[in-house]
Order: sequence, then C-alpha cells, then structure tokens
Amino acid sequence: MLECEGIDVFYDDLQALWGVSLSVEAGEIVALIGSNGAGKTTILRTIAGLSKPAKGDIKFDGVSLSKKPAYDIVDLGIALVPEGRKLFGSMTVLENLELGAFTGRARGEKNATMKWVYEVFPLLEERRNQTAVTLSGGQQQMLAIGRALMSQPKLLLLDEPSLGLAPLVVQMIFDVIEQINQRGVSVLLVEQNAHAALERAARAYVVENGRVVGHDTGQNMLRHEHVKSAYLGGV
Amino acid sequence: MPIDALTQGLVFGILVGALYGLAAVGLSLVFGVMRVLNVAHGELLMIGGYASFWFFSLYGIDPFVSLAATIPTLFVIGIVLHRGLFVHVTKLREEDRIKNSLLMGFGLALILDNLAIRLWTADERSITTVYSGAAASLMGVSLPYVRVGSLLFALVAILALHLFLTRTYIGRSIRATAEDWEAAAIVGINVDRTYLLAFAIGTALAGAAGALVSVGYSINPGIGLEWTLKALIVIVLAGMGSVGGTLAGGLLLGAVESVSVYFIGGAYREVVGLVMFLLVLLLRPKGLFGN
Ligand SMILES: Nc1ncnc2c1ncn2[C@@H]1O[C@H](COP(=O)(O)OP(=O)(O)OP(=O)(O)O)[C@@H](O)[C@H]1O
Ligand SMILES: [Mg+2]
Repeated sequence: MLECEGIDVFYDDLQALWGVSLSVEAGEIVALIGSNGAGKTTILRTIAGLSKPAKGDIKFDGVSLSKKPAYDIVDLGIALVPEGRKLFGSMTVLENLELGAFTGRARGEKNATMKWVYEVFPLLEERRNQTAVTLSGGQQQMLAIGRALMSQPKLLLLDEPSLGLAPLVVQMIFDVIEQINQRGVSVLLVEQNAHAALERAARAYVVENGRVVGHDTGQNMLRHEHVKSAYLGGV
Repeated sequence: MPIDALTQGLVFGILVGALYGLAAVGLSLVFGVMRVLNVAHGELLMIGGYASFWFFSLYGIDPFVSLAATIPTLFVIGIVLHRGLFVHVTKLREEDRIKNSLLMGFGLALILDNLAIRLWTADERSITTVYSGAAASLMGVSLPYVRVGSLLFALVAILALHLFLTRTYIGRSIRATAEDWEAAAIVGINVDRTYLLAFAIGTALAGAAGALVSVGYSINPGIGLEWTLKALIVIVLAGMGSVGGTLAGGLLLGAVESVSVYFIGGAYREVVGLVMFLLVLLLRPKGLFGN
C-alpha cells in the first residue's frame, strides 16, 4: 500500500536520505531500525509530507504523495505520531483528540472514533479536560497515538513511541500497537527498542547513514549477526 | 477637586486603553500564529481610520455603522498584503521570520505613510458626528458617548475573537498552528491557509481599532508608528497567549499613562509606557498575564 521509490531528501544543503526504497503492505507492521542520526525520522517526515523528496517518489495506494501537502496526506489515510509527540500542550486532551479528526473524512465520524480511542486508552477519557502538558510522559504518548487514530488512518507512522517511558508503559504501548494493527491499520514503526519492534514486525529495514542497508523478516533480523551486534546489544 | 481630575484621567485612560488592547490583539494574533512581527500594523490601523473617515465624509455613514464595511475592507487588504508580501516570510524557518518581517514591515510602513500623505494630505482628520460632543456624567466624571461606544465595541470584538478561537474548529486550528505548525500540519490543518486567515483577521482588527480612533480621537498619515509601539508595549506587558490578557494589558497601559499625566505631567506620557515595557522585559519577560 505504501511504496517509497528511491527517495533523496535534503535539509537545506544537507542530504539526509540517499535513494531510500521501502514498502508497507496492507495489514503489516514494518519496523525501521538504525542508530542516531541514521535518517529514520526523516523517512517518516517525508512520508507524512513535512519534508519533500528531491528525487524519487512515494506512492500510497497508487497515488503519488511527493507533491502533496501534509494535510492532504492525512486525509488520504496516513497519520504520523511524531518524534517528541508534538502535542498541543496548552489544549486539553479532548481538544487534542478533536483536532486529530480535523480532516473532512474524519470529522464526520469523530464521535465513533473517539469512543474507540477511549476504549484503547481509558485513561484519556478520565483526563479529557486536563491540558496536555500536565500529563505524564506515558499519558502524552497515549494522547499522541490517540490523536493520530482520530484521523482514521490506514497507515500509522510511529516515531520512537517508547522513548523515555517506564518498562510497564512501554509494554502497554507495544500491546496497543498490536491491537491497532489487528483492527486493520498498517504500521510503520521506528524504534530504538529494536528487540521489541522486531518481535512484532512482519518485516524490518535497517537504516544507516541515510540509506537502507538491510531488509528481512522481523524474525530473521533477530538472528542476523550484524543486527544483533549493532542494535540488539550484542546478545 | 484634584481627586476628581485623577478619576477623570483614569476613566479617559481606560477608554483609550480599550483601543490599545484592540490594536494589540491583532498584532499579537499575527505574531503568535505566524512568528511574523508586522511593524506596519499601526499603518493598517491608520488605513482603517481613513476608511471610516471617508465613509463618513463622502457618504455620511455613521462610523459605528460603517464598521460593517471597514472591517471587511481591511480583511481583504490583509489577504492582499499576505499574498503579495508576508507569505514569503512564512516560507522561512521560524528563527529567520522575525528579522525578515521587520524589514518588510518597515518598508511597507514607509510606503503606506507616503501613500497616505499623497492621497489624503498630512492634515489631521477626525469624524465629528452629531453626538460627538455629548457625554454622560456619572458622579462628576464625564463619559463621552463615542469613547464609551468604542470601549464597548472593543470589548465585544475581543470577546468574539476569544469565542472564535476557543469554540470553533477553524479557531482551534489557528491556535494549533500557533502552538506548533508541524503538529498542525500532521493533523490535517492547511497551515498556509491558516496563516492567511490569521493575517487577514489581524488586519481587520487593526482596521476596527483605526475606525474607532478616527471617531473618538483623530488620525493623520503619521500615526502608524505610534500605534505599532503602543501595541508592542501592550503585548510585552500582557504576554502572549491570551486574548483577554492582551485586553487587560491595553487597559492597564491606558490607565498608567493617564495617571502618570496627573502626577508627573503630560510631557512624559509616552515615556511611561516605554519604561513599563523595559521593566516588564527585565523582570517578567513572559508578561504580566502570559503563560
Ligand atoms: N531539521 C533538520 N535540519 C538539518 N538537519 C537535520 C534536521 N533533522 C535531521 N537532520 C539531520 O538529518 C540526519 C538524519 O536525521 P534523523 O532525525 O532523520 O535521524 P534519526 O534516525 O531519526 O535519528 P534519531 O535516532 O536520533 O532520532 C542527521 O544527520 C540529522 O543531523
Ligand atoms: Mg529520529
């Protein structure tokens, strides 16, 4: 459903991605692993339309995304849970969720989607009148995912959702990702916590220095020598 | 008797302060949403004042009635200025927007000042309606109808803006863009269109303030800088982030100015605001009511 075909991406004069190709099929969880500065965030930002590829193309269900603005891409069914969450801090949980359903397609079904989000994250319903900045890190991550779900995505892009969270919360976030996936939402997951990501991913790509250097099933990746030594702490 | 003069001064200060608030709210909205500091904001106010003046002089339309035309006129001027000029600044990184918008704003202010002199001469203008001299009197304090009407209009306009920003989907998209434009973009907000809307609303608010200035006070092609300064002082006093806070900042500036006239004389009226500006910047950079 998603195809990146040889994309180059620049930040001003600085090239961050070189000929990156990857795909996500309907219903899949796909993981992106790689060290700091490898270009994982840039890949997700480019798919979401925040950066534009200088070369190559991105296609979603056959539609080219490379010239589309971010707001059209959300409407087509791609939602980003960004690095650092980027919540609307001074707004309440409810306002954040409502803004998640900003696009025409999602707004009409706002209430039904919100019911689902509250089922996935009951805590958000309890805290719905609290401002986002007053939430704990884990709760903020739940809200960031909930806000993305409000747009009724077919593909969810998650950028390090477990970063900085306590182990129990991390476990819960991964469970939720699987739960969302079982509802038919495809997932492209960037994770420092490579082990947890590979265990759940159908396929994974390794990104190094702005290039895709490896691609295999999640299970095979877990046994791969280079992946083990570089990303799984050598075990 | 001297206390009466103080009370009277304070009342006049609050009445003009509402216009400071109205002028500042538009500038604050544009700055908060776009990170663009439009130093030609006072010129937009001046144009609103002339629009109102000519509606009255040429067609005899009451200045409070013609607000219904002045505000949309300035809204459209805002769209044109954004499309032609300020949109280019919004393409820059946030860090570079302020200094570039300053240059652009100064240029625009010069052009508009000179254009206004060419078109309308440097004469001082003000609207004199049949009720212009009339005033209510409350416990010995005079309350000129036009200025009280202006205060009421400013309050209603600011309340309407507040409700728009907090209660409507479009208003919330403006606040969302102000908080984090990338976050706004990924929830599906058209950030460029939101910038355009914010700038047009900011210009319309400046125009409304100008119309009220031309009826309660007076206008000439040179008032732009003075009003930009007032608006900036109010924003620094009040801090960013709340429409109500900005109004309070305007009222406070008006009140402090007029009380200072009572104690230290009119010569220092303009200086007092600047001193407050510096004090707040030094002691409480987030502003008195900022968050
Ligand atoms: N806004 C930016 N401006 C300039 N260069 C950037 C910007 N964002 C990222 N880069 C550069 O692009 C490259 C890829 O960064 P990116 O954030 O995509 O990596 P990442 O794999 O997500 O890293 P991390 O694991 O630290 O999040 C890095 O060299 C980084 O310095
Ligand atoms: Mg990253």
